[in-house]
Amino acid sequence: MKRFILALALTIGLPLAAHATTFNQVQTDKSAIAFTYQQMGVKMDGKFRKFAAKLSFAPAKPTEGSATIDIDLASIDTGAPEGDQEVAGKPWFNTKVFPTAQFVSTGVKPLGGNRYDVAGKLTIKGKTQDIVVPATFTAQGNSGVFDGTFTIRRGDFSIGEGSWAKFDIVANDIQIKFRITAVTGK
Amino acid sequence: MTDRYTSTAKTLHWLMAILLFGLLALGFYMHDLPLSPQKLQFYSWHKWAGVTAFLLVLARLAWRVTHIPPALPASMPRLMQFAAHAGHFVLYALMIAIPLSGWLMSSAKGFQTVWFGVLPIPDLLDKNKELGDLLAVAHKGLNLLFVAVLAGHIGAALKHHFIDKDDILTRILPKH
Repeated sequence: MKRFILALALTIGLPLAAHATTFNQVQTDKSAIAFTYQQMGVKMDGKFRKFAAKLSFAPAKPTEGSATIDIDLASIDTGAPEGDQEVAGKPWFNTKVFPTAQFVSTGVKPLGGNRYDVAGKLTIKGKTQDIVVPATFTAQGNSGVFDGTFTIRRGDFSIGEGSWAKFDIVANDIQIKFRITAVTGK
Repeated sequence: MTDRYTSTAKTLHWLMAILLFGLLALGFYMHDLPLSPQKLQFYSWHKWAGVTAFLLVLARLAWRVTHIPPALPASMPRLMQFAAHAGHFVLYALMIAIPLSGWLMSSAKGFQTVWFGVLPIPDLLDKNKELGDLLAVAHKGLNLLFVAVLAGHIGAALKHHFIDKDDILTRILPKH
């Protein structure tokens, strides 16, 4: 019985203790935004070398969490130098006109455990889509890590127009994998 | 001593002849095309055909070592016989080395080979740009050498047929 009360006290007490903890200083060097895509059945890996992220997340009040991520599209690494040049061009990202892709969260839904659904608006190439990004949050000391994977369809954002618009060579589904690390601020 | 090729040997010879001419033509044509969906498609086709050719040459070698091919005409000078055998040896070596170099190059360049878009062929090398560029040079060099030896192979066959008037060319033809 004693042990049970102790356990109960701990369970109730923990979120209270965490209440003060808000992770809001993003560490870009410990964060990554990568993607995979299929090209005629061949799985290719890519990533973005430059992005900026603002984040505020208190595990005690997850629904109040928010995030804004700006990705420098010209910093893309498609896995092939020829590809990097190609996707900056008009049919793909048209980086001269649309240099950044942006994700702005609109709400966080706890799913139990350390899993959350982060809803938000994703804007690429002037087109905005509502998306839901499943993420896990793992805290270690004053550092917290968001990890997640979601899929977007490049066709929804006109990424790859003209001769690239068909999905038989470069598939429509692009899987995005991210890790955002933030420490607790003052 | 047999004086004819088995029909399996003939079939493999001509299948590979067609496949290799296609591969060579596509390879030389596609490599400096600007990036386009078609270029990616050509590369995939080239790799699929290359894997197929590699498997065919293995089957052919297995057949070759278990079935003795007809001997060269006794009228051929020793040196010419040696040259013929050496030429065939080099052709086989290149038919192995060329797809291998292409496979390694694909891995080093970070494009895995997926046979017919379905069966992934394991990457033997990690992605490495310098190594990829080096293997591209090797793949091209080996192919240029292959074209030269192939020209000798075809030239020799024609010489046997039209000048020496022996059966070297006709005995590999389907209905002989």
